[in-house]
Amino acid sequence: MLTGSEIQQTLRMIDQQHLDIRTITMGISLLSCADPNPEVCCRKIYDKICRKAERLVPTGEQIEAEFGIPIVNKRISVTPIALVAAGCETEDYVPFAAALDQAAKTCGVNFIGGYSALVQKGLTEADKKLMRAIPEALATTDFVCSSVNVGSTRAGINMDAVRTMGEVVKKTALRTADTDGFGCAKLVIFCNAVEDNPFMAGAFHGVGEAESVINVGVSGPGVVYHALQSVKGQPFDVVAETVKKTAFRITRMGQLVAREASTRLDTPFGIVDLSLAPTPAIGDSVARILEEMGLEVCGTHGTTAALALLNDAVKKGGVMASSHVGGLSGAFIPVSEDEGMIAAARAGALTLDKLEAMTCVCSVGLDMIAVPGDTTAATISAIIADEAAIGMVNNKTTAVRIIPAPGKSVGDTVEMGGLLGSAPVMPVHTGSAEDFIARGGRIPAPLHSLRN
Amino acid sequence: MRAIVTVVGQDRVGIIADVCSLLANNKVNVLDISQTVLQEYFTMIMLVDTAGAELPFAELVKYLREEGEKIGLSIHVQREDIFNAMHRI
Repeated sequence: MLTGSEIQQTLRMIDQQHLDIRTITMGISLLSCADPNPEVCCRKIYDKICRKAERLVPTGEQIEAEFGIPIVNKRISVTPIALVAAGCETEDYVPFAAALDQAAKTCGVNFIGGYSALVQKGLTEADKKLMRAIPEALATTDFVCSSVNVGSTRAGINMDAVRTMGEVVKKTALRTADTDGFGCAKLVIFCNAVEDNPFMAGAFHGVGEAESVINVGVSGPGVVYHALQSVKGQPFDVVAETVKKTAFRITRMGQLVAREASTRLDTPFGIVDLSLAPTPAIGDSVARILEEMGLEVCGTHGTTAALALLNDAVKKGGVMASSHVGGLSGAFIPVSEDEGMIAAARAGALTLDKLEAMTCVCSVGLDMIAVPGDTTAATISAIIADEAAIGMVNNKTTAVRIIPAPGKSVGDTVEMGGLLGSAPVMPVHTGSAEDFIARGGRIPAPLHSLRN
Repeated sequence: MRAIVTVVGQDRVGIIADVCSLLANNKVNVLDISQTVLQEYFTMIMLVDTAGAELPFAELVKYLREEGEKIGLSIHVQREDIFNAMHRI
């Protein structure tokens, strides 16, 4: 029999500490939708998504009601469109985004990911067409998310793609200037992208995946923060143990929901992604966890070490609680989506350089960062290259989701709304990287012996 | 299906009776009750079996929440599985 205090602990986590299932994401393979006629292909894409994900949202809501645990997002990820559309006789890939957007609206999900290309080693004609279409696709759709993988530990970094993506980010910002460059919030540039990530904007359904699959992303920075408040001043061994135990509990719940959703939707269970994903709500911040460890403000010296401990302990606690762990699993540090990060960035304590260092030890990378609107495409490419290099050398996933907000400068704020929050515009280095980015070619894959 | 019912509200005469009648009317069987009064606040945790209930579970949750509000009580019903997942291996 459960004890009263155990029941109340769970209720407190949900009611007061923002514990939730961040997303149930259904991955759907669209490889069977390929057709030389682009219109037929778009219709097949729409039909297949609607057929597979028809019951996703009502099922999610039903589970939410029965278990009393909020399931914040229901989403869909699909096979990278550059692969699906490669056989189509067309130059224009924007209609594929429109088909995805329509399907998302019909199914009632709030994002659909997979307007993607995997170009870590080279670009096919289809990849080029897709990358060219991204600004228009993101400007003319509501729910479509795009990602491009420009590097990997095995392939190195495709610097031609990095150069192109700097330009694509700029064009996307300008094309959505009326919303402060909101399109860029739906665009991620990866190194070592994972095939089963349920989190947006970087979700896509990898080619090694089944026909369809259910992936679940859990969250709970607030729960970890509260747990750490009870071990103030104690050594890091205690801190790590506390985070592990909390992560275990959170993940067990994610596993339960994932299994339940998988059974009800008659779709195989893929993975649970054990991520600490913050929201702009007070008390749901990763930055505040780091500060609870004893830092005056997130971004000061010691932040990287604190984040390294947190990230590792979350994984250690989580892996024991789920039969299959995957996705991005770790602590996210999206600046605009984290109340503590926003405050630290506004105060000037958290800089782009410190964030870059933090991405060496945690999940993903430079996420939801607003930079001045006059930042050049080459500088954005260089930021992408730096981040990709960290991922490539450290054999981890890194990403860049950056918003060069048109007309904004340092000190301004970009309002994204909802879970995407608001981002203070951060300064970038002004030294030019034009000649560096203009070189193109590939940065070779790193050596994995003689490690120093 | 086993579920956990939690009831919170200002203490007064007859809360347990009120909640139990709501449950009985819906053919929900009470298996265990623990309750306490803390600073005039009544808190009760019940383990119930909803196997005989006529309403589907999600509707039962909604019905009890709404009926609770009418009599000044916050009533939550959740499947027991979520608590077991979190606290039992």
